[in-house]
Amino acid sequence: MQKNDGDTRPVDVKKIRELLDANNGARIRTWLSLCSRCGLCAESCFFYLAHNRNPKLSPAYKFKATLGELYKRKGHVDREFLHRCADIVWGECTTCKRCSMYCPFGIDVATLIAATRTILYSQGITPEGLARTVVNYRETGNQMGMSSEDFVDTCEWMAEESQDEIKGVTIPIDKHGAKYMYTVNPREPMFYPQDLAMMAKILTVAEEDWTMPSTGWDCTNLPMFAGDRALAGQVVRNMYEKALELGVQAILITECGHAYRSALFEGPYLAGYPDGKPPVPVVHSVQLFYEYIRDGRITIDPAKKIKEPVTYQDPCNVSRNGGLWEEGRKLVRFLAEDFRDMNPNRDHNHCCGGGGGYIPMGPEYKARRMASGRVKAEQIRATGAKIVIAPCHNCFDQVSDLNKEYQLGVKVMSFKEILCELMVVPEKFRPEVSEEDEGES
Amino acid sequence: MQAWYAFLTGPALWATFIIFLGGLVIRLTFLYGLSRERDRVFYNHMDWTWGLKSILHWLIPWGSASMRLQPVFSFVFIVFHVGLLAVPLFLSAHNILWDRAFGVSLWSMSDAWADALTMVVLACGVFLLIRRLVRPEVRILTTAWDYTLLGLTLTPFVTGFLAYHQWGPYEWLMILHVLSAEVLLVLIPFTKLGHMVLFFFTRAFIGFEMGARRGARAW
Ligand code: SF4
Ligand code: SF4
Ligand code: SF4
Repeated sequence: MQKNDGDTRPVDVKKIRELLDANNGARIRTWLSLCSRCGLCAESCFFYLAHNRNPKLSPAYKFKATLGELYKRKGHVDREFLHRCADIVWGECTTCKRCSMYCPFGIDVATLIAATRTILYSQGITPEGLARTVVNYRETGNQMGMSSEDFVDTCEWMAEESQDEIKGVTIPIDKHGAKYMYTVNPREPMFYPQDLAMMAKILTVAEEDWTMPSTGWDCTNLPMFAGDRALAGQVVRNMYEKALELGVQAILITECGHAYRSALFEGPYLAGYPDGKPPVPVVHSVQLFYEYIRDGRITIDPAKKIKEPVTYQDPCNVSRNGGLWEEGRKLVRFLAEDFRDMNPNRDHNHCCGGGGGYIPMGPEYKARRMASGRVKAEQIRATGAKIVIAPCHNCFDQVSDLNKEYQLGVKVMSFKEILCELMVVPEKFRPEVSEEDEGES
Repeated sequence: MQAWYAFLTGPALWATFIIFLGGLVIRLTFLYGLSRERDRVFYNHMDWTWGLKSILHWLIPWGSASMRLQPVFSFVFIVFHVGLLAVPLFLSAHNILWDRAFGVSLWSMSDAWADALTMVVLACGVFLLIRRLVRPEVRILTTAWDYTLLGLTLTPFVTGFLAYHQWGPYEWLMILHVLSAEVLLVLIPFTKLGHMVLFFFTRAFIGFEMGARRGARAW
């Protein structure tokens, strides 16, 4: 919980006014003046639904009490007020953009909340978990402060490990002119290096022309959620520029939601590209995996198809904000026999409650994250599924936590993991040593 | 009294129309200029199909998921808006005035229809008022200004209705009728009621943003 314990730093009203002015474009101005206070948006927000329809959690209230109030008072506010705002914009909104579909005027509350975050950030207010990552990005270009050497070493190590299972797996580093430059969430090389191995195996079997960059490999963008727009722009620019330098055809994004949102939708604006388009095409893993199976570059062993009921967590930033809900579903159907959709779903799905920076905001926010995740937990339970596929790291963590908290009895999985288990490994990729194992299955 | 009425339906009415239309033009021009400078995102992803879909789905009754979630409220708010536009435009008494002033007139609805529709608008207005008072998620957002605007929107209807039925002091009612309608028209360009035209722009934008960029339905 954001509290004002002892924060006696003066409020820089001038800075706040500057930011208010910079944000005062036609959209924000129109949205703030047009909101009819009809309350229609309330029902769309999972925070509101999860907390017994507490009116203070309706999207309109949240932007009215924060950015609306800042404009009204022309920036003349005190620390107390700013901390109250922080509690709302980080603790009560994941900028999932669902409400903008439920407002008659299409008011994009997420944009208003994000603007408020930048203002708070300018006053030195941001959740600690996010502030920590900001320092890391600034020093090392990635959120976990991993050095380039460690990263490259991890890639090599994982490539080697994988060769026991798939012959000839490599993780090419900085290969010029490759088709895809694969970028990841630093938690993969840091804590789940297996994720890198899995992806390398899939790309090898698909005979893909790919590479991983030695810098600019972190596709996440937490400064975007922390409210540091300048750094958010820098982070995404690092990635774009590396891709241009390597002359790759596209940037491939791992199973991460907000990374895709950053790379393809918000990044170009954060990095100051006037046409709003990334300089290099951006492809999400969900899309690529779907195409692999559709085009027969990867074959699924029909005998191994998942028999247990499976549901699909539409990450907001892959589905609603990424446009890939159909690809995700078709992919699930390739892999599982009993697919059960949540309700609501696709572009209208509810956020899991882990987005917008919530997971990296850390343990102080966990209780609230569990409470607001109730909506997602109930959605999952209602499907009766035993496996939840979540192609987003934050969703993955949130659903895993919800699984414990609400005793859902499910297993959370990524597409990578399932693909590795189910794909047919062609003869030429089978290492000689494992022939006895093959015989068993 | 007569002089007042003549003033309100004469010079004041002209002034009202000028401020109403001029105000809307100024607000739109201002926003257009501002958007050119600061809202590239509006123009970068323009797509008429998505823009139109986004608008139409919110004009058609229950055309959006949001309206379907709250079917009763949506029904009331659609009928309310239809009445708000139709009664003043198609009332035969107004059409006579249009004809006198501009030499053109619109199709007129029968007085019985207009009378019924007026009652419907008033009933809807009362519903909206009660909703504002009793629904916590609406009440918490509501300001005194919202009640004022709702009251002001209903005043021309109440007074017109009473005057038509000759209930109450006719001349006073007519003065109040014209005056409140003029105040309302003057306020439209400068308040949230500007949604009368800005609705189309904000809806188009969210259509571009969610639809043209991502294929998501903002309805
Ligand atoms: S639905 Fe839109 S107009 Fe209505 S209260 Fe919410 S933000 Fe305001
Ligand atoms: S963006 Fe999502 S979390 Fe934030 S108010 Fe809207 S629906 Fe709620
Ligand atoms: S964590 Fe997942 S569901 Fe939640 S905002 Fe990110 S992508 Fe959306």
